[in-house]
This record gives sequence, C-alpha cells and structure tokens, in this order.
Amino acid sequence: MSYQNRLPHKASRAAGALLACAGLVGCATPTPPLYDWGGYTSATYQFLKGGDFDPRLSIIRLEEQLQKTAAFGRAPPPGLHGHLALLYTKIGDDSNAQNHLLRERARFPESAAYMDFLLKNSKIKVAQ
Amino acid sequence: MNRRLSFRSFRSYLAAGFGVVALLIGGCATNPPPKKDLTAFQAAKPASILILPPVNESPDVLALPGVLSQLALPLAESGYYVPSVALVEETLKANGVQTPAEAHAIEPSKLREIFGTDAVLYTTVKRYGSTYRLLSSDAVVELRAQIRDLRNNELLWEGRATASSAEQQGQTQGGLAGLLIRAVVDQIVGTLTDRSHPVAGIASLRMLKTGFPEGVPPGPRARAMPSPR
Repeated sequence: MSYQNRLPHKASRAAGALLACAGLVGCATPTPPLYDWGGYTSATYQFLKGGDFDPRLSIIRLEEQLQKTAAFGRAPPPGLHGHLALLYTKIGDDSNAQNHLLRERARFPESAAYMDFLLKNSKIKVAQ
Repeated sequence: MNRRLSFRSFRSYLAAGFGVVALLIGGCATNPPPKKDLTAFQAAKPASILILPPVNESPDVLALPGVLSQLALPLAESGYYVPSVALVEETLKANGVQTPAEAHAIEPSKLREIFGTDAVLYTTVKRYGSTYRLLSSDAVVELRAQIRDLRNNELLWEGRATASSAEQQGQTQGGLAGLLIRAVVDQIVGTLTDRSHPVAGIASLRMLKTGFPEGVPPGPRARAMPSPR
C-alpha cells in the first residue's frame, strides 16, 4: 500500500473500504473466505520490499485490523501474529513480539514447533 | 485425452489437424485440466506447508516480494497452516541463508526441525513484470512450483500458472474464487512498479487454490472453521 503512505490515511482507508464493498456486492457468495485477510498481504509485500518501510505504521494498521476481525467474530489468517511479532522485533519491542508468537501458537497449534524455536532462540534478528 | 495419432492416411492427417485446432481453441478458454494425480498428496495428509522464498528467473527484482507475499493466501484458504513468509525469510537470514537458491537447497529434515511443517512449497518465478506490445503493456506473471513432504522428501504436487493484467476481470470466476480474486486485485491501486503484484496474486490462486484445475486438495482446516456470524 505504498500509495497509502502518501495519501491522507482516512481517505485511502475509505477508498479501500469502498473497493472491498464493491467486491463483496459484486459477487455475493454463501461461502466467505476462511480468514479475514485485510491488509496482511499488502503489509507483507511492503515489508519484503524494504526501502522506506515503517514497521510502526504497519503495526498500527495490523493491530487495528485484528480488533476488527475479532469484533466481527472472524479469524485472522495464519501467520499474521507471527508477522506482527517480526514487526515488533524490528522496533525493539520484545515483549509484544513474544506475546504475538504465543498468540500464533495458541491459535494455530501447527505452528508450535516453529514458535517454540523462535521463543527459545530469539532468532528473529534484524537483518540489515 | 487420447492424442494417439495415426499417420497412415490422409483422413487421419485431417483428423489430426482438427484435433490440434481443437486443442488450441480449448487452450484459450479455460484449460481442460489433465486430471491431476493427487494420490500421494492425499495419502500424506500434510496439515502445514512452509513457503520458501521463490527462485526468481525474471529480471524484475520485485518478483521476490511480489510473489512471496501472495503465496500464503491460496494455501491458507485451501485449509493448510502456513507460517508468515516474512518471518520465515527473516529466520533463514538470521541463520545465514541469504538467497532463495540456498533456501531451496536446505535438507528437508533441517527445515522440518526448525519450522515444524509437514510439507514445503518450492516456487520458481519464470516471468514477472511488463511485456511491452505495440499499443499497451501488460503485466505478466508465470509461476511453477512443487510441494514436497518434509518427512520423506516425497513429491506431493506440481503446478504452474500464468496470469496477465490484460485479462478481463469479468471473465474471472464467480463464487468464492471470484471473491478471492477481487480481494487480491483490489488491495493495491499502487504505483506502476507495483502493478504486477495483484497479477502475482491471481497466478498464485490459480496455481494453488483448491478448486482450480491446478490446485491442491483441501487441507484439514478447509471449512473446519465455525462459520462466521
């Protein structure tokens, strides 16, 4: 969402919501996606692209998204808590990072081995 | 499809010609799927799939972030657990693995030890980015991938897909597939350099998502979630 970094936050969010609504109305379907993806894919893309990426902005957006997902009784996608843990590590907030690793582990038991590896080794290091 | 051609008579030449034309026409519409052999996959019953960074054979450096960020959705929506791809890439780097090619060369047992997943997705980006034509330029993404069992290195699945920005959105499927495609396409209205990203999303969906001809069989979390209310 690189354009969102430049546009006023609210306006771009509103545009995003409109597009999302248009998408939903456009092809209504009885089977919704398993997960509420929101901006997770975009956040991952921006992170991987690097450059002038700001982890704090990404954290704020994804935390907001998690609250909305919960409010609608939906499920966050697998990996979202792990991604947030990585973002918190980037800004040196280890306690929130650990918290999100534990939440990923609790929600997706399949992640237990990896999360335990990270919790034990603290191996999410800032590369760069 | 029976493509055994006999070249003994003129009539069979003619028949062969028609056959080729029919194949070409069929290929332009929705590909008639050669039935995929998914027995190994179904027997292995993986519940979680590690997505490794793709090897990029295109000249565009954005192929790596563009494709890697799009591979999680179709596998997760097919019912598999997939770890955060950025977190995985970071773990690899922290352990001295610097390139996708190096990551693809890691012993399966080692991957399983660290990431704990049942299977792994190896992806190659064949094409990514703009192809210029006389009147327009289209963003094209072509992917190939394999899923292997990390417990015994058995090949469980192979797939490939291509997507282009020149495709009409109206031609995309309705139902859940259409909804997912819209979700992928709508999320970035970004700059010109980013316009291959949603195309990569469509290619990933097409290649992996259960229900598409190339897709994987449904995983344990498919429709296992309580329906949202």
